[in-house]
Amino acid sequence: MRYSGFRVIKEALTGHRGWGPAWRDPDPQPEYDYVIIGGGGHGLATAYYLAKEYKQSRIAVLEKGWIGGGNVGRNTTIVRSNYMLDGNEPFYEFSLKLWETLEQDLNYNAMMSQRGIINLMHSDAQRDAYIRRGNAMILNGADAQLLDQKQVLEKYPFLNVKNARFPVMGGLLQARAGTARHDAVAWGYARAADQRGVDIIQNCEVTGFRIDGGKILGVETSRGYIGAKKVGSCVAGSSSKVMAYAGMRLPIESHVLQAFVSEGLKPVLPGVITFGAGHFYVSQSDKGGLVFGGNIDGYNSYASRGNLPMVEDVMEEAIAMFPMLGRARLLRSWGGIMDMSMDGTPIIDKTHIDGLYFNGGWCYGGFKATPASGLVYAHLLATDTPHDTATAFRLDRFHTGHMVDEKGMGNQPNLH
Amino acid sequence: MIINHPLLGPRDLSEFVYLGDACLLNRPDWQADDALDQFIDYGHTRDNPAGLHRELWYHEQGDRSWLVVTRNTVTHEITSVELARNVARAEGRSK
Ligand SMILES: Cc1cc2nc3c(=O)[nH]c(=O)nc-3n(C[C@H](O)[C@H](O)[C@H](O)COP(=O)(O)OP(=O)(O)OC[C@H]3O[C@@H](n4cnc5c(N)ncnc54)[C@H](O)[C@@H]3O)c2cc1C
Repeated sequence: MRYSGFRVIKEALTGHRGWGPAWRDPDPQPEYDYVIIGGGGHGLATAYYLAKEYKQSRIAVLEKGWIGGGNVGRNTTIVRSNYMLDGNEPFYEFSLKLWETLEQDLNYNAMMSQRGIINLMHSDAQRDAYIRRGNAMILNGADAQLLDQKQVLEKYPFLNVKNARFPVMGGLLQARAGTARHDAVAWGYARAADQRGVDIIQNCEVTGFRIDGGKILGVETSRGYIGAKKVGSCVAGSSSKVMAYAGMRLPIESHVLQAFVSEGLKPVLPGVITFGAGHFYVSQSDKGGLVFGGNIDGYNSYASRGNLPMVEDVMEEAIAMFPMLGRARLLRSWGGIMDMSMDGTPIIDKTHIDGLYFNGGWCYGGFKATPASGLVYAHLLATDTPHDTATAFRLDRFHTGHMVDEKGMGNQPNLH
Repeated sequence: MIINHPLLGPRDLSEFVYLGDACLLNRPDWQADDALDQFIDYGHTRDNPAGLHRELWYHEQGDRSWLVVTRNTVTHEITSVELARNVARAEGRSK
């Protein structure tokens, strides 16, 4: 069924009796050509592009819970391509271009809203760094614009630009960046993949691999053994757990990141703003809630909840920049498990096991990457060669010294 | 989260800085034949378990001691806190 305005009107007039489920609920087949582990944004997108762009068939996505229950349904929904390094920026810009046509491609309203992101700057050194990053973005075909304090105030008159410790000197604007409805992205990919014959199998946890002579044969799951010619892991925060079934140790630590939403307010915040002297980002959802977050808590965690010091830290940053938020009430907070890599950059690569592939290490930036991650991973799975925009995301880069350390923090995951 | 410091008693999480897996105490032997591989491993790969994890915390806002904390990464429950100094000595790291 195609979704359209006419369809909505027709259904409204006929009591909404014509809507069907958006995807099937199939039982697993004994064997597939491709098994994707993890029904988050990346796994579903990978299956979709495998079917659509690479014309592959017999594809299954295995999800241990329900699709969209992981980080894809927990993030603060910011989509942008304001990176600097050569290994990153072409990939993220490719992703942003895919976002721009995603809804037409999927025939699904993902509420993609290019409302612009401003990274505030608070010192001369930061202005230099932003100019450098903005130029790198422009060289890679992205858009970037440096704003002075007056231009920032025109957009956001309520900002505390005269903060004694962190005055706002201006900002780096990416006008094409914005937000998208996170679970709609998972649902949209699921529905579009399902329409191309992909089996989306929920409540199916992968518990082991069957490997013989260095070659993958299939996966053990809570719903029985499933054979596969190729297996792609795409499990974000659970990466180390799943790859340990294949005897692998990864350059990854799992950390908890919290996010927050305020009570619904009238429209006050037209775009996305980040505070440059700490780690704080905020946007307003279409329901009116201010959605915001800060740093990871900073210690290894598989508990999808954090601790109070980080809550306090995030609130302090919020009030320092936006004194007007002082009276807004906090409605909810939650946490997600981040796959923090050793250089802050993802890994999309083959493994030493023939037919087993790995996608992970997304840190807290994987939502914006969803379309490109899916497409380049599908490319790797189908062709056994990396996509042009993803050649730097190698698993062996820590051995060869080709780290991609956007923040320049070194091998300390809780600093990325 | 409250860390029960062996010398100072229960102290709040916000006084501490986290480093990572306590395997970092065991720096490889730089003269070993495979020292390069060992150091790459030491610097980058981790067990990252869901469950009990031995890890290094630094009491920066306190007595500046390094601690080895055994904590469950699924529940955040802390079952043991030792001075890293004592752990390292017991393993024969410092003579
Ligand atoms: C609070 C928060 C805020 C964030 N904000 C942003 C942001 O503003 N912008 C941005 O770009 N990114 C953001 N991120 C990061 C982004 O959400 C993640 O990097 C991205 O969603 C990870 O990819 P995914 O969608 O495939 O992961 P997930 O949705 O986590 O998918 C992984 C799936 O694998 C499943 N799984 C795990 N183990 C198994 C198994 N053994 N068998 C079968 N299935 C398994 C899980 O159940 C899960 O559904 C944020 C994350 C969090 C937590």
